[in-house]
Amino acid sequence: MSDTNDLAALRDSTAQQLAAAADLRAWDAVRVAVLGKSGSLTGLLKGLGAIAPEARKERGASLNRLKGELEGLVEARRTALEEAALDARLAAERLDVTLSPRPFPPSGAEAGGIHPISRTMEEITAIFGAMGFAVAEGPDIESDWLNFGALNIPEHHPARQDHDTFYLPAGADGRRPVLRTHTSPVQARTMLGQEPPIRIIAPGRTWRADHDATHSPMFHQVEGLVIDRGITLGHLKGCLIDFLRAFFDIRDLPVRFRASYFPFTEPSMEVDIGWSRKTGELGKGSDWLEILGSGMVHPKVLANCGIDPREWQGFAFGMGIERITMLKHGMPDLRPFYESDLRWLRHWASDPLSPPSLAEGV
Amino acid sequence: MKFPLSWLKTHLETEASLEEILACLNTIGLEVEGVEDKARALASFRIARVVEATQHPNADRLRALTVDAGDGKLLSVVCGAPNARTGLVGVLAMPGDTIPATGTVLKVGEIRGVKSEGMMCSARELGLGEDHSGIIDLPADAPIGASYAAWAGMDDPVIEISVTPNRGDALSVHGVARDLAAAGLGRLKPLVSPSIAPAYPSPLTWRIEDPRACHYVLGRAVRGVTNGPSPKWLQDWLSAIGQRPISALVDVTNLFTYGLGRPLHVFDVAKVKGGTLTMRMAQDGESLLALNGKTYALTPEDGIIADESGPEALGGIIGGEPTGCDEGTTECFIECAIFDPVRIALSGRRHDVRTDARARFERGVDQALPALALELATQTILQLCGGEASTVAEAGTPPAWQRNATLRFERLASYGGDAAVLPAEAVGILERLGFTVVSQDAAQVTVAVPSWRNDIIAAGELTQAPELPADRAAKAAEGCAAIEPECDLIEEVLRIRGLNTIPPVSLPVASAVPPAALTPRQSRAVLARRTLAARGMLDCVSYGFMEGRTAALFGETPESLRVENPIAADLDQMRPTPVASLLLAASRNAARGYPDVALSELGAAYRPGMQLQVAAGVRVGHTPRHWAEASRAVDAMDAKGDVLAVLAALGVPMAGVQVTTDAPGFYHPGRAGVVRQGPKTVLATFGEIHPKVRAALDIAGPAVGFEVFLDAIPDPKRRKRGAPDLPAFQPVRRDFAFLVDATVPAETLRRAALGADRTLITEAAIFDRYAGDKLPEGKVSLAVQVTLQPRDATLTDAAIEAVAEKVVAAVTKASGAVLRA
Repeated sequence: MSDTNDLAALRDSTAQQLAAAADLRAWDAVRVAVLGKSGSLTGLLKGLGAIAPEARKERGASLNRLKGELEGLVEARRTALEEAALDARLAAERLDVTLSPRPFPPSGAEAGGIHPISRTMEEITAIFGAMGFAVAEGPDIESDWLNFGALNIPEHHPARQDHDTFYLPAGADGRRPVLRTHTSPVQARTMLGQEPPIRIIAPGRTWRADHDATHSPMFHQVEGLVIDRGITLGHLKGCLIDFLRAFFDIRDLPVRFRASYFPFTEPSMEVDIGWSRKTGELGKGSDWLEILGSGMVHPKVLANCGIDPREWQGFAFGMGIERITMLKHGMPDLRPFYESDLRWLRHWASDPLSPPSLAEGV
Repeated sequence: MKFPLSWLKTHLETEASLEEILACLNTIGLEVEGVEDKARALASFRIARVVEATQHPNADRLRALTVDAGDGKLLSVVCGAPNARTGLVGVLAMPGDTIPATGTVLKVGEIRGVKSEGMMCSARELGLGEDHSGIIDLPADAPIGASYAAWAGMDDPVIEISVTPNRGDALSVHGVARDLAAAGLGRLKPLVSPSIAPAYPSPLTWRIEDPRACHYVLGRAVRGVTNGPSPKWLQDWLSAIGQRPISALVDVTNLFTYGLGRPLHVFDVAKVKGGTLTMRMAQDGESLLALNGKTYALTPEDGIIADESGPEALGGIIGGEPTGCDEGTTECFIECAIFDPVRIALSGRRHDVRTDARARFERGVDQALPALALELATQTILQLCGGEASTVAEAGTPPAWQRNATLRFERLASYGGDAAVLPAEAVGILERLGFTVVSQDAAQVTVAVPSWRNDIIAAGELTQAPELPADRAAKAAEGCAAIEPECDLIEEVLRIRGLNTIPPVSLPVASAVPPAALTPRQSRAVLARRTLAARGMLDCVSYGFMEGRTAALFGETPESLRVENPIAADLDQMRPTPVASLLLAASRNAARGYPDVALSELGAAYRPGMQLQVAAGVRVGHTPRHWAEASRAVDAMDAKGDVLAVLAALGVPMAGVQVTTDAPGFYHPGRAGVVRQGPKTVLATFGEIHPKVRAALDIAGPAVGFEVFLDAIPDPKRRKRGAPDLPAFQPVRRDFAFLVDATVPAETLRRAALGADRTLITEAAIFDRYAGDKLPEGKVSLAVQVTLQPRDATLTDAAIEAVAEKVVAAVTKASGAVLRA
């Protein structure tokens, strides 16, 4: 008896039968006929006991090898048949997509709503719009230069460490693009793209490698930039006080300005609003809450963007959109903003048919 | 930066209260992060003596005490502490006091019939540790009636401020004192150099082999020192700021690091190999066992201090263990050097080592202080450890830090708006900050910048945009050079004067009614979001990155869009479409028991080199159950409805929009479409989500999605609308039913019918589609309603019949359909 010939024959015949099996039922018949309890391979394995011990080892090894091979073939065919069956089913399920859709949506307007971040950005736009600001934009993936260099944050600057930057692989120029760590690159984009006077805000997504209860790796900021002749710190303060009082709808909201430092402004100041730490009420109590950073645009930033600081002067500011949203509505936790939890969204969403308008009150 | 008030007062002569100091720090840019003031919480707790302790008449475990609080009156106090005994001196809380550990306010009470007018406190009750085994047991000579906190030396509040990266000089108690003095809160105590007579030649010399490693260094040995524990005042200061006292020599270096912002290092002379310490760059393969116990593999970019046996310190960052001082040290060598801030910053970052020395050197230290600091440090060591000092070893050249800046008073006024600062006031502030007047006239003042203000006229090149025209770039650079020093001075004046003194002025507007803040494209995006929300979708904001494997289900995941340093493995690939994020959200909602969702997002889809603004949405599950409408599974037509609603809202002319079936792979291949305007412009995609994608995301129910590419929509044209078509005659409507191959798109029929007579036919719409057993296999029945609009006269039956024939002929020609009988 030839040990290997019958095994090769079994493999070939099984392969042929599998190929011929056009559906899962036929495939299963082949599987049972070969690997089943009374299948041909099973029979051969059972026959091992009758073989002389010296030949048994070798025969056993060959049979096990064949078993593995056959199981592989059977599985591969099953996958192929299932894929084909799915493809056939999907092909049969064709829908004529040129037909017109139903004239009404499957759920009504009352089920939908605007995310609080979107809402805040619209409110910010409405208020600054009234002060003559236009909205400017920039991409999330920025060059190192726009995110840092243009803004007077060179490579070795200690401020870079505070930014927890996400990097993407280096491009052809060998420099790694970054996910912008703030909306400030839009300042540089705007100054390079248009002549002063400039009066813009830039709300948008920002990214930092920081994730805990009070930090999200993606969040939102709004940048502001005013470049003109005769712009003073007084204007910066007036503009921000006007905004904060309108946004929080508290006419006498206390606002405090403290000297600080940012590489892209000089002098720089942090802005606090009055609140009660105990009750969380804004405008009440005697505590202060830091809410945004601002300052007069640094001459180096102007010069980096081709503006002569002898001629033009201005201010810039940046604030966290989530932060002011949470404060305005008393929202306790940052994380749910990005989780798209239906229950949270329904609770905090605002009516799409009632967009912010100064006429109706933001 | 932390410091106890007592330390500050060794540099600042002031009558100001703690509150005034804190308020001032906040105003001038040294933001107060916190104040630890144990004495404040314990202010009313007094030292008292137990005159008599007797067993409580009604309780075995209590004692009735008679307590003398020092004001002549004896109080009755019930106490359960096992150590309460006659003659014990402890700490008494009186009614009205708040017990720090529990926050409760003490009241007069009666405990089992005995009046209790106070409480003798344990250490734990006062928030002073965990000891609650008994009440505080003070020495018998503690002054009865005195404030316990004051007696225990706890009345030294510790102030913590955050120092901005530009203010290396404020990383020192002396620097903080200077700023406070400048703001009018007292007088800065000057540093006076002692005169120290060298007793012997320095046993070590300096060699600067590479000036990149160090520009300038001084050193001096002190022999015969006893390096025991430092005195209590120094230990208390260091403990207060969170530094562990180690030994007198090491504590002195910390005293100078925090006190003067002047990091020092002390070598044990006996441990230094050879007589020379060399400032050089490290070589590959060299390493340093540092004082923090870690070993650093050095690179040729690191500046080091080496002896014959190799690196002994990462210069300006951290010293080495082998040559450090310990209790056996009898001769030390004080190092006082100037390092390059950039090199320190990069080395520190490379090895991820954060030390107080690095924090100061990378921000820049006082360039003129080394000689004075070395004298003062020698004096302190001689006082604390004894011994005698050697001559000073010096190498390199002192840094050239001298520079002048000019402030024009008119320019200063232009920053402050209405609050014009008087020249005298401005000059006074600058002088108190250490600037010295070089010259002054009515219009301007020129001052010399002090050696510790590395941030004023800071070194640092412009990094101008490469695309700027050369002349514009040069003019801007010239302007910057001319104005930057002045801006630095203006900042100093306004900072110290207080920005709150500047009156706010509303920003003037060019016209009372401002132009639109949004461009038409920006308005469109907002409108898209509202349109979808009004169709019952919840607007979402989701992360722009996701797990690479998930992203790959939705499109290309190029290497160039993979985050190199993701914060989590499942946030490493910029998403190819917001549909992916929304389906993940739908899956999470289903897992929470909410399988039916409609979610939308106005967000980015990332492509190499660009990002697309997409209005995307998903609908998953079934429509709501309702008595008048049966619940049904969502289908591709719902997604198409959302797409068309957005496009219509954004002003896309709908007549020109076509649908093709070549949708992306994440949709069901037979139930998805691409909405196009012309052959090239893809406006949107929609369809049922591919079952494999659903399975991968664990979404059981039916799911559909769509994406509208807002950037692809052409700018709306500002065209006036023409006059409306208002014919005088009533329209006529006729229905036609056709039998047609199921593969023929219904739109082909509709368009053929619409185009059959361009003057009369104004509308055509499919109003019925039937496929079933009663029809031949592979055929469907489509019914079209055609609207005829007569313009000159009412249509005759014959005219209508003629148009009907045209419709049938056109449809048959275009689609092979036959009119059903």
